[in-house]
Amino acid sequence: MKQVAVVDYGMGNLDSVARAIEECGGRPVVTDRAAEIESATHIVLPGVGAFGDGIRNLRARGLDEILREHAVVGGIPFLGICLGMQLLGTRGYEGGVTEGLGWIEGEVRRLEPAGEDQRIPHIGWNEVAFTRASPLFAGVDTGQDFYFVHSYHLVCHDKEDVVAVTPYCGGFVSAIARGRILGVQFHPEKSQRLGFQVLRNFLAL
Amino acid sequence: MPKIRVMPTLLFKDVGLVKGVAFDSWRRVGSAMQAVKVYNMREVDELVYLDITATSDGRPPDFETVDDLADECFMPLTVGGGVRTVEHVRRLLKVGADKVAINSAAVEQPALIREIADRFGSQCVVVSIDARRRADGTYESYTHAGRRADAEAMGAGEVLLTSIDRDGTLQGYDVELTRLVSDAVSIPVIASGGAGTYAHMAEVLREGRASAVAAASMYHFTEQTPLAAKQYLRAAGFSVRL
Repeated sequence: MKQVAVVDYGMGNLDSVARAIEECGGRPVVTDRAAEIESATHIVLPGVGAFGDGIRNLRARGLDEILREHAVVGGIPFLGICLGMQLLGTRGYEGGVTEGLGWIEGEVRRLEPAGEDQRIPHIGWNEVAFTRASPLFAGVDTGQDFYFVHSYHLVCHDKEDVVAVTPYCGGFVSAIARGRILGVQFHPEKSQRLGFQVLRNFLAL
Repeated sequence: MPKIRVMPTLLFKDVGLVKGVAFDSWRRVGSAMQAVKVYNMREVDELVYLDITATSDGRPPDFETVDDLADECFMPLTVGGGVRTVEHVRRLLKVGADKVAINSAAVEQPALIREIADRFGSQCVVVSIDARRRADGTYESYTHAGRRADAEAMGAGEVLLTSIDRDGTLQGYDVELTRLVSDAVSIPVIASGGAGTYAHMAEVLREGRASAVAAASMYHFTEQTPLAAKQYLRAAGFSVRL
C-alpha cells in the first residue's frame, strides 16, 4: 500500500485530494509532521490560495526544509497540484513579490488575456497537450480535457522541465517534471476518470 | 479556450433537495447524496450546491453535509448558502468545496470578498447575484433569496447570475441580463434561472456571452440531461467536453 503524505500547510482542498488518492488505491495521510513525511512513499503538495500566503505558511511550519530534504535530496516522488506546483518556482508575483521554493527555475505570473473573451480566472475544462513523454500521463492521450481553476501560472526558464502546455492566454505550462519532482496546474482530484489515471500513474512511480 | 460548462444546480432546504418557481413554491426533488452520486457517475462538468435557507435561518453552512457530499464528488463543486466569514470559506474548502458562492454576506460586508480573495485567491470566490427586472426594464439585485440590495463583484473570480423572474419557469434564460453582466465584467459568468431546453442554453451562451449554463428544473422535471445538452451544444458549434 502506497503511503501518501498530503502536506497540510493551511492552504486548500486537502480532503478532496486525500479522498481521490484513497479512490486510486493509496493511503493518504494529511500531515505537516516531518516523521510522517519522511516515512511516506509519495508526497503531494496540494494548494488553493495565494502564492505569498502559501510560501509563508510552508516556511512557518518548517515544511520548506522538510520537503527539500525528502523530495529533492531523498528522492521521494513528489506531486505539486495547482498552487502546490507554482510554489516550486523561484519567485511569485501574487500578493507581493515572494521567493518560492526554487526547485524549478521560473516565475509565477498572472495570466494575461490574449484575445477577446479570454476571461481570468481560467475556470473549467481545457486541453493538456504533451510537449514530451512523461510517466505521469501513461495511458492518457494528448489534448484531453482536465479541470483548471487559477489566475496565475508558472513560467519555466528551462524548457526541459515542461511536460505539457494548455492553449489559453497565449499558452501556459500545465505540467512539469524534473526527475521525480512533478507538478500539474490542473486538478487531477477533480478531473474524474482522466485525473484518477494521472494520480494512479503518480502512485506507480 | 476552456470548454463551455453545463452545470446542474442542487438546491438544498432543510433535509432534502427542492426546486421552486421564482424563488418560491418549493417542491421536494430527492436526496442530495443520491443526486451527487448520479452526477458523479455521469461525469458532469461541475456541480453547484446551494443551501437556500441557511442565511434566512441565521445558520452557518452545514459543513458535515458538504463534507459527506464532497467525499462522493470527484468533479468541481461550488457550495453556497450561509457563508459569512473567512473561517466559513476555509472550512468549506477544506472539506472539499472548490469554490464558495457568496450572496448576502457580499452585500452586507463587501470587504469580505476582498479578504477571501487575498487569502484563498479570487478563483474560489463566486459572487452570486439574484436579479429581478424592474417595470422600466432596468435590473435590481437581491440577497436572502428575495430582499433587495446591490451587489458588486469586487475581487470575485466568477459570477453566478440568476434571474429571479425566469427561475423555475423553463421559459429560457434572461439573455439580456446575462449579456449586460458579461459585457461589464472580465471574469466568467454562469447563467442561471429559466433553462427549459438545450436551445435556451445555446442562446445564452451565444447572445448572453455566458461561460457556463446552470440549470435545475429542466433536469428534475423533464427527461433532459447534462450529457444530451452537451451533445446538442457540440452540434450547434460550441466547444464542449464529451
